[in-house]
Amino acid sequence: MNKRKALSLLLAGTMVAGLLAGCGNGAQNSNETPGAQNSPAAGGETTANGTTANEITVNFASEPESLDPARNTTVDGSIMINHLFEGLMTWEDSGEETAGSNGTCNNAKLVPGQAESYDVTTNEDGTVTYTFHLRDGIKWSDGKDVTAQDFVFSWQRLVSPDTASDYSNMLSGVVNAIAITNGEMDPSELGVAAPDEKTFEVTLVNDLPYFLEICAFPSCMPVREDVVSDTQWTYSPETFVSNGAYKLDIRKTNDQISMVPNENYYGVEELGPDRITFKLMDNDNAILNGFKSGDLDFIQSMPVDEVAGLIASGDLNIVNYIGVYYVCFNTEKAPFDDPLVREAFTLAIDRNYMVREITQAGEMPAGGFVPSGVYDAAGTEGEDFRTVGGNYYSISEEDYEANCERARELLAEAGYPNGEGFPVVEYLYNTNDGHKKIAEALQNMWKTVLGVEVTLNNQEWNAFLQVRKDGDYAICRNGWIADYNDPMSFLDMWLTGGGNNDAQYSNENFDNLIAQARTETDAAKRMELLHQAEDQIIGTDHALCPIYFYTQKYLLADDIQGMYYTPLGYFFFDKCTRG
Amino acid sequence: MAKYILKRVLMAVITLFVVICLTFFLMNAVPGSPWLSERSPSQATIDALNAKYGLDKPVIVQLGMYLNDLLHLDFRDSIKMQKDRPVLDIIANMFPISAKIGVISILWAILVGVPLGCLAAYRRGTWVDSLLRVISTVGISMPGFVVATLLLHTLTGGLPGVNLFPATFVASDWRSYVLPCLSLGFYPMCYLSRQTRTAMLDSISQEYIKTARAKGLKNGKIIFKHALRNALIPVITYLGPQIAFTLCGGFVVETVFTIPGLGRYFVQSITNRDYPLIMGTTIFLAAFIIIMNLVVDLLYKLVDPRINLSKGGD
Repeated sequence: MNKRKALSLLLAGTMVAGLLAGCGNGAQNSNETPGAQNSPAAGGETTANGTTANEITVNFASEPESLDPARNTTVDGSIMINHLFEGLMTWEDSGEETAGSNGTCNNAKLVPGQAESYDVTTNEDGTVTYTFHLRDGIKWSDGKDVTAQDFVFSWQRLVSPDTASDYSNMLSGVVNAIAITNGEMDPSELGVAAPDEKTFEVTLVNDLPYFLEICAFPSCMPVREDVVSDTQWTYSPETFVSNGAYKLDIRKTNDQISMVPNENYYGVEELGPDRITFKLMDNDNAILNGFKSGDLDFIQSMPVDEVAGLIASGDLNIVNYIGVYYVCFNTEKAPFDDPLVREAFTLAIDRNYMVREITQAGEMPAGGFVPSGVYDAAGTEGEDFRTVGGNYYSISEEDYEANCERARELLAEAGYPNGEGFPVVEYLYNTNDGHKKIAEALQNMWKTVLGVEVTLNNQEWNAFLQVRKDGDYAICRNGWIADYNDPMSFLDMWLTGGGNNDAQYSNENFDNLIAQARTETDAAKRMELLHQAEDQIIGTDHALCPIYFYTQKYLLADDIQGMYYTPLGYFFFDKCTRG
Repeated sequence: MAKYILKRVLMAVITLFVVICLTFFLMNAVPGSPWLSERSPSQATIDALNAKYGLDKPVIVQLGMYLNDLLHLDFRDSIKMQKDRPVLDIIANMFPISAKIGVISILWAILVGVPLGCLAAYRRGTWVDSLLRVISTVGISMPGFVVATLLLHTLTGGLPGVNLFPATFVASDWRSYVLPCLSLGFYPMCYLSRQTRTAMLDSISQEYIKTARAKGLKNGKIIFKHALRNALIPVITYLGPQIAFTLCGGFVVETVFTIPGLGRYFVQSITNRDYPLIMGTTIFLAAFIIIMNLVVDLLYKLVDPRINLSKGGD
């Protein structure tokens, strides 16, 4: 009996010890990275929550897929990479206040980054060569020099099929890039060269008005060959070598990514925060409470129900964001293979109701596919593409009844007077409260205005993406955000057979217009071709049904100044100050 | 005994194998792909990725290759959530936090639940018993995410002026653990107190307790020394799987409080279709639960010698 008792005690003891050991490991592991959470940076003034006055803690999302520029695919990942790396070109504060920011944010402008200047020459064969002259004294965070060869390596790596980067197409304008990505050529044949350590040459098939912006795009930022040869390089501050204003200091999975100034960065003297921490969270309630209690200084996610109250209190800032929320018709399958039906469905939507009653964050009703804020031929100086192109249907509240009348006529013309004989169709969206509310409003509008029966179906995100990509739907929710500020970012995806052509749209004239625009060197003519392309896909074919243009909403702590932003969704905190 | 252990280990291995195969097929049967996003890569890129990770082969071949890797103790690398990072590294990095929260939760659940159960049994029929019954019924019927969300809403700054605990999780701050552990341990605490109460009442009515009373022993001594020991058997049965579940399965609480633990990551790996990570975490959690069950069965035998393991013990 005693023996048994002793044994049972021993076993129970072992169990508890095992559990506590697990506990102990936890504490040990959480401190494995240098620079614990609460260690104040030198010279900082400690505040109530244990951070110093020069530290900024922000939230965008949970763990990013990758901090490797070539392998990142998300906006939150891009924002981190923008602080950790620097491309040939970069963004800086223009000093001009961003509309809607209530003085909390300025617009970013494109300026030379790792390159201090560049020349553009047109070659005899029509190709265009950009020659970038790298700055003196640019270094990696481990002190080694950044060379033109690093850019050659990084760009070849980006287009290589071995990297399989989602963003390899950012360089599709570079000579041989497409053939390399398709595995038909070796990456070494990419149209880039480094004649010496300080000169980087890129040859484009033809000039692209947005090429300099691509040079500031996160995917095109440099990495060093010996660093990335270790496949685990992004997971530890010891192996993470970057060339930007900040360097990685703490990386804790799904918890935080924290960075401190890179003392080898040429502009280190002008940097603001001693530490920028990206808190990796995805629960809207916790995020908002974190902001309210002062743990977070910047957030952009909050429960949908709270948005109206935050706008009313004047705390929420809403700025322009180049993106469109739209409905995608499957143009290959009846009844949506008929442009008349598609136009009727498009006109029957009350877009003002959608933004006023549902989204409620200052979104703009969309009268076309390319959003407001996208440059036209005059670039930053003139009117934007949407203003020049005008709306394809009226989006004013007064005209909604007339739109509905026209929609009914079109549906009758298509053979379904008052919706009679129209099959029951399904609207597909990914499971999400906001999308659900929009789906219900659409269902109701189509029923009331056109007399058609639309059923709703929602699917889990990844399954939804597959179904939508395969074209296995009738109507579905969709959205698109610009990669660079040019209408091409919204139009070339609709080429026949394109990877993101979820509408399964195919039109020869449209394909030709895009092809011509790609080779057109005159900016005004090029824009004209792009306007014609949009006229074709939206004005004539009604292949897509734009609902509204996105906005970016955020909350920023009152004592922070110096943040700047591009309408591509990138916020910059490197020059922020507190107090 | 040795024969029994051998038999149980063999059963455990077979169970694990079935779990692996089932998960593998189910995971592949669900539509979607790790490479999709709002902005999908080109077909050439998708093909290249599928070829790189062997996803272009028939599922049965993929399973064969995966089992082969497992035999060599290779759990593969994440293909989406943390590209190229070994799955075992990720688990080793994230499990400790889940375990820490799990251990604290289960400890307070036991330390509070068992005495409360005894108290309810001891004071059967009084207002104390009724009050405890109401609390435990509420605790058992209320889903974990409701408790967690309620606590998050009220105590972390959601109500004006009430900001007792941080809304953002900081691993080194003890205050970050209070609400998650409270939420995670609430259900087992209530369940344990009910379980203990029932078992206790059962024990109290036994002959040997009457004998003890007749001998004039004090009530406290009777309850805690004689009755409780026997009352603990069903509690231990429950505790085994519950410990495993609490340690690994706190994904609801982890999601609500955005804790960087394995549970939350497990759920994210499924929505992201990170196949190696789904398999790795499933195998880890399954093995953990199987082992805990095994340990409990053996412990059972030690606590109650009447149980015969070799005959129908499994």
